[in-house]
Amino acid sequence: MIEVRDLSVSRAGFPVLEGVQFALPAATALVLRGPNGIGKTTLLRTLAGLQPPLAGEILGDPDDIAYAAHADGLKLTLTVEENLTFWARVFGAHDIEPAIKAFNLAALRTRAAGSLSAGQKRRLSLARLMVTGRRLWILDEPTVSLDAASVQLFAATIRAHLNADGAAIMATHIDLGIEGRVLDLTPFKAKLPALDADDGGFL
Amino acid sequence: MSALLLRDLRLAFRAGGGFGLGLAFFLIVTVMVPFSVGPNSATLAVIAPGVLWLGALLACLLSLDRLLALDWEDGSLDLLATAPLPLEAVLSVKSLAHWLTTGLPLVLAAPVLGVLLNLPAGGYLWITLSLLIGTPALSVIGTFGAALTVGLKRGGLLLSLLVMPLYVPTLIFGAEAARRGAAGMAVETPLLMLGGITLGAIALLPFASAAVLRVNLR
Repeated sequence: MIEVRDLSVSRAGFPVLEGVQFALPAATALVLRGPNGIGKTTLLRTLAGLQPPLAGEILGDPDDIAYAAHADGLKLTLTVEENLTFWARVFGAHDIEPAIKAFNLAALRTRAAGSLSAGQKRRLSLARLMVTGRRLWILDEPTVSLDAASVQLFAATIRAHLNADGAAIMATHIDLGIEGRVLDLTPFKAKLPALDADDGGFL
Repeated sequence: MSALLLRDLRLAFRAGGGFGLGLAFFLIVTVMVPFSVGPNSATLAVIAPGVLWLGALLACLLSLDRLLALDWEDGSLDLLATAPLPLEAVLSVKSLAHWLTTGLPLVLAAPVLGVLLNLPAGGYLWITLSLLIGTPALSVIGTFGAALTVGLKRGGLLLSLLVMPLYVPTLIFGAEAARRGAAGMAVETPLLMLGGITLGAIALLPFASAAVLRVNLR
């Protein structure tokens, strides 16, 4: 579904990861691990097409990808239903009922998103993925502020998505009980160029 | 795309959406001008078209920093950029939504506020028409400025400084058309120039806005 060859990514002009390689077939999940600041978010943003790679190539159809960032991306003055319906229409889907059901949002559907708790907002933000109809989900810390029961809902959704020939790449530190590959990013940490190597222009 | 337009309009009219901010500012400016220049109705009649145009332009400028900043803060701009809509279309729709919630109310309010400034009877049609033709350019140019400064802390000041010079041609031809109309002179030339600027901005600027926004989202 997506293949990454010798990919280097940069954050704020500094290379953070280099030589990242993996291939992800359909119906599998890839979990990214690594300490804070290693470049998990940067790698996911590059895969989602929000920033160009420094080097290397990403083979795959960009129209397959649905991206879920750290931020929930919700409009607080719109209701749960309006938020979901908006994204469904943007992605050309019409039915938001499966997503409402999967994330147990039925009781909240007429509430404004601003009145939800952090965990409820997160559930709504994850429900958005289901209405995109995309096959490859790119998830950045999807389980932040979810309680144990909601994590189970999320894990079940991911499992159903994989069974339907989807795929997922996620940066997460908790074990979801999903059989998938784990990719530790620590070995790919970019070596910073020696400081005096290309500082000549400034001095 | 209609979903995005509908969402932006809905957000503008909900609590805290900022609809009415520009309109209130426009009202304040035009109400205050007679106090500051004195009640001489002949003087007011002369400056009325210029004051109305300047008030509308500043009111429009005031609402620009919300145009993309709110979507950027809550993360939905990233999600929109990865959605199947082309970014050029997203920004065009957002300009349209901005015009419908800011520019159009100003156009409709201008003839009413013209009464306060003793606008000559012949000028009402032309102030409305010139604002109707000119304000879409203000929204489109403003979207470009907002795309350029999105993500900057206190970007509002920089946004105003960047956008102001780009507003000058619209202001010159718009106010000139309104002034000539109020004085009973021919208005075709400034109106045509104004229309040309607006059409050019609508046709070209969304591409520039999308390009700078892509760079800004990195």
